[in-house]
Amino acid sequence: MSMIQSIFILLLFQLAGELLSGLTHVPVPGPVIGMMLLAAFYILRRREPSPALQHAADGLLSWLGLLFVPAGVGIVANLALLRSAWLPISVALIGSTFITLVTTAWIMHRFGNRASIQREGL
Amino acid sequence: MSWPDLTQSFPPVVRAGLPLFAITLTLGAYLVGVEIQKRFRNPLANPVLIAIMIIGVTLRLLHLSYQDYFTGAQFIHFLLGPATVALAIPMVRALEHMRRGFWPMISALLAGSLIGIVSGYGLVCLLGGSQTVALSMAPKSLTTPIAIAVSTSIGGIPSLSAVLAILGGILVAISIDPVLHWLKIDEPSAKGLAAGTAGSGIGASRVIPQHTLSAAFAGVAIGANGILTALLAPILVPLLKHW
Repeated sequence: MSMIQSIFILLLFQLAGELLSGLTHVPVPGPVIGMMLLAAFYILRRREPSPALQHAADGLLSWLGLLFVPAGVGIVANLALLRSAWLPISVALIGSTFITLVTTAWIMHRFGNRASIQREGL
Repeated sequence: MSWPDLTQSFPPVVRAGLPLFAITLTLGAYLVGVEIQKRFRNPLANPVLIAIMIIGVTLRLLHLSYQDYFTGAQFIHFLLGPATVALAIPMVRALEHMRRGFWPMISALLAGSLIGIVSGYGLVCLLGGSQTVALSMAPKSLTTPIAIAVSTSIGGIPSLSAVLAILGGILVAISIDPVLHWLKIDEPSAKGLAAGTAGSGIGASRVIPQHTLSAAFAGVAIGANGILTALLAPILVPLLKHW
């Protein structure tokens, strides 16, 4: 499968996701629905994605940070909004992000390991 | 826009070149960020943050507005869609791992989602911020489009939520390695899940190159936290308001 086919598949599933999102009015954006559809497609068919698609996906994801830059520059245009309540905003953002990060990682670390160790009989 | 838009006075040739300029500037600024990250190996040297600062300063110096910049940068922004869909591929590859750790994964996701909403809202209120700001903070761990949708539905300021989602993501990208190293948590699954739950796409962009399992769990976390928060926030927020 060629590069073009890989891009076509990604866009096709995004389009399907956008359509479903628009038709059902669920607050989940099209690309996220497209991601779930594409995962379900390969899981249900019990098939590995082709090497070309894996290559295209890995390539796109290795530059994921870059793709957020245009939206991120919007921060500079919205500085006034942040400045209006900078203390509660900065402390809450840092505090809440830290607690969320640590809680999620810790539960997965604590119970995820134990589950797999028990299952494998180690 | 906080600075004057002088681009209307530019000759047409310059205006036609704006999209090309914006795309080149974005790629260049990001490459500089990657180079600085390699050079300093400090988590603070985050390429997304460096690129945003370089572009912000450049636009200001050239008196270009964000809208002018985005006419070109939207072509890079567009790729976020297919890249999000592409997160399905590492997920399919990690299916066996996910089956094995299914219940821990669901518990971690639920806890992360709940704590993200409650602590975001609660901390703003405790520190004397307005309720509108607190409501805008509640969906800050989500991927930007879901954060905007949730913010709108619960009565926050959508653009503030979008900015907070991006800043929160940068924060996760910067802090995840030192924080988890300090807690002695180094499994790619826990790292990926935490990056995606707390920092959605930008958080994930930090751990995706580290391990294919990190990419898989980050992808699941971005989707699952988005859906969980979209469902939970409208139920939780009225309870929090009364509290």
